[in-house]
Amino acid sequence: MFVARSIAADHKDLIHDVSFDFHGRRMATCSSDQSVKVWDKSESGDWHCTASWKTHSGSVWRVTWAHPEFGQVLASCSFDRTAAVWEEIVGESNDKLRGQSHWVKRTTLVDSRTSVTDVKFAPKHMGLMLATCSADGIVRIYEAPDVMNLSQWSLQHEISCKLSCSCISWNPSSSRAHSPMIAVGSDDSSPNAMAKVQIFEYNENTRKYAKAETLMTVTDPVHDIAFAPNLGRSFHILAIATKDVRIFTLKPVRKELTSSGGPTKFEIHIVAQFDNHNSQVWRVSWNITGTVLASSGDDGCVRLWKANYMDNWKCTGILKGNGSPVNGSSQQGNSNPSLGSNIPSLQNSLNGSSAGS
Amino acid sequence: MEELDGEPAVTVIPGVNSKKNQMCFDWGPGEMLVCETSFSKKEKSEMVPSCPFIYIIRKDVDVYSQILRKLFNESHGIFLGLQRIDEELTGKSRKSQLVRVSKNYRSVIRACMEEMHQVAIAAKDPASGRQFSSQVSILSAMELIWNLCEILFIEVAPAGHLLLHLLDWVRLHVCEVDSLSADVLGSENPSNHDSFWNLVTILVLQGRLDEARQMLSKEADASPASAGICRIMGDLMRTMPILSPGNTQTLTELELKWQHWHEECERYLQDSTFATNPHLESLLKIMLGDEAALLEQKELLSNWYHFLVTRLLYSNPTVKPIDLHYYAQSSLDLFLGGESSPEPLDNILLAAFEFDIHQVIKECSIALSNWWFVAHLTDLLDHCKLLQSHNLYFGSNMREFLLLEYASGLFAHPSLWQLGVDYFDYCPKLGRVSLELHIERIPLNTEQKALKVLRICEQRQMTEQVRSICKILAMKAVRNNRLGSALSWSIRAKDAAFATLVSDRFLRDYCERGCFSDLDLIDNLGPAMMLSDRLTFLGKYREFHHMYGEKRFADAASLLLSLMTSRIAPRSFWMTLLTDALPLLEQKQVIFSAEQTYELMQCLEDLTSRRPVRGESDIQQLQVIFTSGLMVPHGGGKRLPLSQTSPSLQKHWLLWTHVPLFPLTCVIHTPPSFRRK
Repeated sequence: MFVARSIAADHKDLIHDVSFDFHGRRMATCSSDQSVKVWDKSESGDWHCTASWKTHSGSVWRVTWAHPEFGQVLASCSFDRTAAVWEEIVGESNDKLRGQSHWVKRTTLVDSRTSVTDVKFAPKHMGLMLATCSADGIVRIYEAPDVMNLSQWSLQHEISCKLSCSCISWNPSSSRAHSPMIAVGSDDSSPNAMAKVQIFEYNENTRKYAKAETLMTVTDPVHDIAFAPNLGRSFHILAIATKDVRIFTLKPVRKELTSSGGPTKFEIHIVAQFDNHNSQVWRVSWNITGTVLASSGDDGCVRLWKANYMDNWKCTGILKGNGSPVNGSSQQGNSNPSLGSNIPSLQNSLNGSSAGS
Repeated sequence: MEELDGEPAVTVIPGVNSKKNQMCFDWGPGEMLVCETSFSKKEKSEMVPSCPFIYIIRKDVDVYSQILRKLFNESHGIFLGLQRIDEELTGKSRKSQLVRVSKNYRSVIRACMEEMHQVAIAAKDPASGRQFSSQVSILSAMELIWNLCEILFIEVAPAGHLLLHLLDWVRLHVCEVDSLSADVLGSENPSNHDSFWNLVTILVLQGRLDEARQMLSKEADASPASAGICRIMGDLMRTMPILSPGNTQTLTELELKWQHWHEECERYLQDSTFATNPHLESLLKIMLGDEAALLEQKELLSNWYHFLVTRLLYSNPTVKPIDLHYYAQSSLDLFLGGESSPEPLDNILLAAFEFDIHQVIKECSIALSNWWFVAHLTDLLDHCKLLQSHNLYFGSNMREFLLLEYASGLFAHPSLWQLGVDYFDYCPKLGRVSLELHIERIPLNTEQKALKVLRICEQRQMTEQVRSICKILAMKAVRNNRLGSALSWSIRAKDAAFATLVSDRFLRDYCERGCFSDLDLIDNLGPAMMLSDRLTFLGKYREFHHMYGEKRFADAASLLLSLMTSRIAPRSFWMTLLTDALPLLEQKQVIFSAEQTYELMQCLEDLTSRRPVRGESDIQQLQVIFTSGLMVPHGGGKRLPLSQTSPSLQKHWLLWTHVPLFPLTCVIHTPPSFRRK
């Protein structure tokens, strides 16, 4: 891995989240300066900030893109107790000429009475839906029934988790065999050692989300949670950022073996656990094929985890700061691999081949 | 590149202080975003001192190299050819095909290496020159390793032939000798050239005894004193028994002859025949396989594997493959002599001599900067059925694992991703689902690119991806108000809901502007019209316009009526349709039958009874017109004079009856019910 480019973010305060759009040609950043910025990649590969606007009246924790099937749509959540949905307007104004785009707020979701800590769009096969979670311990699921009218969102479900929530993850599986599912993590640090990860599943009959599982072994504060892309597996993989990185598999127990009608039961196994970050792990996220997990922790590094062809999970890469102040806006960094000095010099082999032919 | 095994690769991000802060990040399809943040301090942070940077992290640096592109492009064709090699082929013909494939891969590496070398020479600044040169040495090492693997694993040369192959291998990769030879022979007096004896020695070390003999004859010509011993040495060189490819002699015969020859050399040493000429004596010792004498030529040998091959040539020319690893290890030890430790390349070659394929691949994965080499080599070895026979129960997994890595690396590149598609195709386990996940992320910046991506998905029956891509494009088109494009993409996506939405937009625009855009598309919907009721209506309504235009009034009238009675027409559009009926009622001949006129009135009644309609007077007028139409005896009669109808109906009526009917495309049509004052 190598640093291909660096871009001055120009936020006035800490950046809390960076987010690529589906195709990786746009990104969004959000910050304690209460703003969101959108960046676009030009044909030449340069990134330009095309929009920057005040989104909330508090720190913006997370920003995320809806699937492009729904247009150019962002959601953000904030300390100001709200989440918001933004849509880019294709304008006839001079904005385009100035290389700027215009985003309008389509809705403010004001149901939470505390800081909204995470916001995630549901997998696209479920329609335009999003979930928020908040410090008051409630996960809320909203839906925009008309994808052409994003100002109307209805609160479909409220799931009480009993613990202050820090993060949510939708199960991305679109298989008919899997019901919609959402995992919730809590960073509640009160001394009562309750399990910090709960998994809720949608029940077609009751039309409600019901708790399917609680990961009893995870009792320390959880900061992030991520289901892996499914790759056609029958089971699910869930990564958790807590005092270490953990990877769980959740194998559905065959329905006929469980009491019918209730939520799916899972056989849960921990397949990897790494404490290389030394202390708290803050973020976990899968690459698009779910083959590499990245985690970020108190050691200031991003670590990459990958299972090899024998299914052994290993740390395969580390992104690490060098601690020195930045100079210049674009650096190329790349450690050249080496096979050793004992390589037949090409000068010779080339001369050889030309003279010998 | 992430290792297959071994220590994680560390990427340093300049300007980020890992001691004080943490990093937030996000994965994109080909790149990763990283940014300094602080997770522990939440709400109000002390103002951040410097403005933070966002870093774009990429995976394989080599994917972006212009010259290596050629390697990727050309090897792609070889790879495809290899996948199509008939599984039924066995024995010799199969082997010769596989060897040919291997040689093709190597020649691509060589071509790339030569181009890179030229670029390195031409490089303007020393830094990039160095970078190209290091690429050259990596390519050179790749070819060296590949060549050895080809000899040992693919050719599987038996004893005797094995050494001939190894000699070729060394000659190909240690080739200072050719330039040196040209240099010496080009001089006025070759035997007096400073490097004359070095040249002769190298030729002997590489087993090029014919050339060495020619050199010696020059020495004999130049100094008559040593002519005798030169001739003796020349004879020894000429008589050394070697296995020639076409020769039919058995290995035992060869070994016997070689033994005789060896003893003869030994005798000359005992007799001190060459004592007067230390150069010739040293050559004799080399030809006797004397290790000390060989090690004296370390500089000319330049590396331990050359030493190994020379040593085998003069001490055990019929070495069996199985014994190679013993000689290899000891040659490495002797050559390095404890002065330096083996480097990655040494370990890779050693693993190959040990026939440890898994180790070779593992070490290569660690040492090389891209997945190209291991992916292609492993695939080739798998086609040689080597991975299974070496008890690698994960063999096919390893092949697929490496191909997936390589292909996903290609997908990070704006154009090389197209090659990646074929690699995914040949990964039986996870290839398809990986392709699905990658291909839907290809940015659809141009229509041409979108069509290319769609074709790839369609060929593979990836219906969900096709649907999603079309949907994305339809949405994009709607947002930009390109309704025609939006409609055709929704038809391609088979997205009924979206087709309805776009059809509604068309109808709305028609009501506002009185004309349709994208007539080519709407008039040629064909069976696609059936996708959604609204789209069917749109298509049928255009058919009505056509019939009217062609003066097929009866057909037009019954179509118009059926659009309402079948409930295909959205109720909001009925007023327009009823108004459209007016000019038909005004025709001289009777077009609507009594029954049909009743039905029209029924529709009107239906519309008004459901909800209050704007333009009460218009409805009354319509009622009057319909009723009067009904009362008209067959063949014509009294009609309600136009002047007695409301202005809006008059306008509409005028347009339909008095505006030239062709073309009908832009009749200004403002149905009363849609007009808001």
